[in-house]
Amino acid sequence: MTATIQQMWEWLGQVPDPEIPVISLVDLGVIRSVDQVGGEWVVTISPTYTGCPATRVIEMDIQTALSARGVAVKIRRQIAPPWTTDWMTDSGKAKLEAYGIAPPQPSGGPQRCPHCASTDVEKISQFGSTPCKAQWRCRDCLEPFDYFKCI
Amino acid sequence: MPDLFEWLCRMGDNTLVLGHRVSEWCGHAPVLEEDIALANTALDLIGQTQMWLGLAAEVQGEGRSADDLAFRRDAWDFRNCLLVELPNRDFGHTLMRQFLFDSWHKLMLTGLCESQDDRIAAIAMKSLKEVSYHQERSADTVIGLGDGTAESHDRMQAALDRLWPYMGELFQPDAVDDRMTRQGIAPDLAALRSGFDAIIADTIQEATLVLTDSRFAHRGGRDGSRHTEHLGHMLAVMQVLPRSYPDARW
Ligand SMILES: [Zn+2]
Repeated sequence: MTATIQQMWEWLGQVPDPEIPVISLVDLGVIRSVDQVGGEWVVTISPTYTGCPATRVIEMDIQTALSARGVAVKIRRQIAPPWTTDWMTDSGKAKLEAYGIAPPQPSGGPQRCPHCASTDVEKISQFGSTPCKAQWRCRDCLEPFDYFKCI
Repeated sequence: MPDLFEWLCRMGDNTLVLGHRVSEWCGHAPVLEEDIALANTALDLIGQTQMWLGLAAEVQGEGRSADDLAFRRDAWDFRNCLLVELPNRDFGHTLMRQFLFDSWHKLMLTGLCESQDDRIAAIAMKSLKEVSYHQERSADTVIGLGDGTAESHDRMQAALDRLWPYMGELFQPDAVDDRMTRQGIAPDLAALRSGFDAIIADTIQEATLVLTDSRFAHRGGRDGSRHTEHLGHMLAVMQVLPRSYPDARW
């Protein structure tokens, strides 16, 4: 049985991000393309941060998920143009917020607290538990929260 | 050594050596947020190293990898500037070194985005996003600590006085740099100086610190001729595992 491109995207859309499992790799916007080259499937991915240890796990998870469907793939890394949070899907951003992570905003800071929706928020640190996140705090509910940095 | 390989080692060794130095703080920073920030900065720099040294190994064409270059060269083969190999000393000193390097790095990468070599432009564009974050944070910290308590102010001034003579090396092109510039591969280092001085002057003033007029410059890191004694010690720690168990995989 041979897979179609549509099926391939659907399957990739079911592979969770290893660090934020509520969104998929497609939501995260790291899957650049899926092509069939000379009878071989090639999945091209854009790494998020250069040193992010999740990049290798992402590659392994793609191989594992697709080989479970009987499809062998080759993975290609592409750094240009560099990955940007603009490539994150709207559904991915909504899932992040529901999970308690404020989604990236072009203004460079969270729009509101993901817990109580207050706009009275302040930055604690530009860096967080993973390269893609910063630490913020809500001045209303006083809860700290992660903000997915806009790059 | 062919120019392009030599030049790529200069870029990759800067990020490798500074990345390792910053990683030495892991678990030791004054507060948790700073520990996380330092570890993330180190991680970005090591990630950038994989790209620069990966390309260096590719253009060298001897079947070596980025890891081979990182772990199987000795101090005299390293091409990083002296600034990044200096020991961490205190937290303020580490952040002052970071601020000075980040400010140069950001300008350099901005110039490299226009490189005639597409591979280099791609690495620069990817790295620049990360380095912009680094520079914003290190500048904020220099201001916070400089314009802080009497103790933090004095430590930041001492760090600036100690580190400033190591900046000149990054703006003095040699024959390799000149050939890279003529081929449109890299910007003219000397031409980056005025933009750098402007950024530094603003931040240093806001930090209530004083910059010396001296342009005396220590040099000898970027061509490997005169590294400080600190580099060898650092490499001994950084390289011990792969050197003790060559070709180990995990
Ligand atoms: Zn809240």
